[in-house]
Amino acid sequence: MSLTTRGFSGRRREPDDRLPPGQTLVQRWPVLSAGPTPNVHTDTWDFVIRDEGGTEHHWSWDQLLALGVEDITVDIHCVTHWSKLDMSWRGVSLDKLFENVETEDAYVMARSYGGYTTNLPLEDLLDGQAWIAIEAEGEPLDPEHGGPARLLVPHLYFWKSAKWIRGLTMMPTNDSGFWEQYGYHLYGDPWKEERYS
Amino acid sequence: MRHRRPAWHVATVVETRPETPNAVRLVLDVPTWPGSEAGTHLDVRLTAPDGYQATRSYSVATSEPGRVVLGIDELPDGEVSPFLVREVLAGDELEIHGPLGSYFVWRPGQSGRPVQLIAGGSGVVPLYAMAAAHAAASDPSPFRLLYSVRTPAYVYFRDELAALAGPSFAVDHVYTRQAPPGWDEPAGRLTRDSLASTTFAPHERPRIFVCGSTGFVETVVAWLLELGHAAHDILTERFGGL
Ligand SMILES: Cc1cc2nc3c(=O)[nH]c(=O)nc-3n(C[C@H](O)[C@H](O)[C@H](O)COP(=O)(O)OP(=O)(O)OC[C@H]3O[C@@H](n4cnc5c(N)ncnc54)[C@H](O)[C@@H]3O)c2cc1C
Repeated sequence: MSLTTRGFSGRRREPDDRLPPGQTLVQRWPVLSAGPTPNVHTDTWDFVIRDEGGTEHHWSWDQLLALGVEDITVDIHCVTHWSKLDMSWRGVSLDKLFENVETEDAYVMARSYGGYTTNLPLEDLLDGQAWIAIEAEGEPLDPEHGGPARLLVPHLYFWKSAKWIRGLTMMPTNDSGFWEQYGYHLYGDPWKEERYS
Repeated sequence: MRHRRPAWHVATVVETRPETPNAVRLVLDVPTWPGSEAGTHLDVRLTAPDGYQATRSYSVATSEPGRVVLGIDELPDGEVSPFLVREVLAGDELEIHGPLGSYFVWRPGQSGRPVQLIAGGSGVVPLYAMAAAHAAASDPSPFRLLYSVRTPAYVYFRDELAALAGPSFAVDHVYTRQAPPGWDEPAGRLTRDSLASTTFAPHERPRIFVCGSTGFVETVVAWLLELGHAAHDILTERFGGL
């Protein structure tokens, strides 16, 4: 279904094959959050991966940075129809954090300061596909945009890149996180327009 | 959670009329619309003859099935809002998708706790829906709306809000550029003190809904937390901008 809207031509634009269906290019960086922006300090920041046996792997801020911070350039696609191309980020690859984690579970619940959660398949977080991001466009991440650290999983809609990340909990099944319980898609592939369930 | 599955609908514009100097009210006839909980939004999708599409979110001011009312502010350099405000005429068809966003809703009978609504500009649209649902359900929880606008001419749903005001719903206005004649406060931005004196106090444990531009929401919520409100009692909808 697609009805032509009388009188609408839209902005003149070059077609861009890096733009998934239904997305509009933006230069600014919009904010989508369901509640207050939490105030999280790096001196007390603690990141934890918890496996099915209950073992917890912890990193302080300095321990995270010591794993090695990489430069990342990726396109970001938000479910609210905006995309930002070639964003520069800095962060730590999740491959480094998972190096010593033994798990059979295929799914992960990402947990944030402020109580938000989002679910992801573990395989989407590995092999250079996901980071704990600490800088964007040359600046430390603003609290509004998830600072001091957010998950960065650019191949999925941006709500999966949980802001104010504090940990990952392994799960045997693909349980819904906060946004997914409110109707967002369980997986969220922007190229398939997996916005809502 | 009562979850109404979002779907695509064809809406026919029944009426478009000026709401403020830079906003319109669009009344849509949508036979397939299931109705929506107060506070939700929908996506409007516009399609150009060459297939180009632009989609934006708008909050729903109404709750009932079959009919949708939107309030749309024109952003002068925007792609979609100037079209909706200036070009759309009664009889035009628009594609909409929804209802969406069931985390920012108020439901009648949830709790007896007071509800504080805080709106900046067009951010009043979903909060108006909540106030109307509160009145329609004769819900006993006390409601209060704090509404920040540039001047009295920029108030959305002026008559409807005035009609809803009563023993269980109070409206306070903040005028940022120009106050009405005889107003006892000079025009000016909302401050933490004026926020504190026109909203339910933290010890009354209100549930708080804040909606407006991103900058407005960030500022107000930071003050609410400083005043002692609990983060989990505050729900937000950020419309964009700075
Ligand atoms: C959940 C949700 C509900 C919304 N409900 C409403 C509503 O009920 N009524 C309404 O009028 N709008 C609402 N909005 C905002 C709306 O979706 C559009 O962002 C807005 O109409 C601008 O679209 P545009 O195409 O005209 O501008 P764009 O072409 O997208 O942007 C033009 C310029 O305006 C800036 N901008 C974008 N949004 C804002 C803003 N809110 N304030 C100031 N500057 C901005 C951008 O940075 C950009 O520079 C809502 C947004 C969300 C996310």
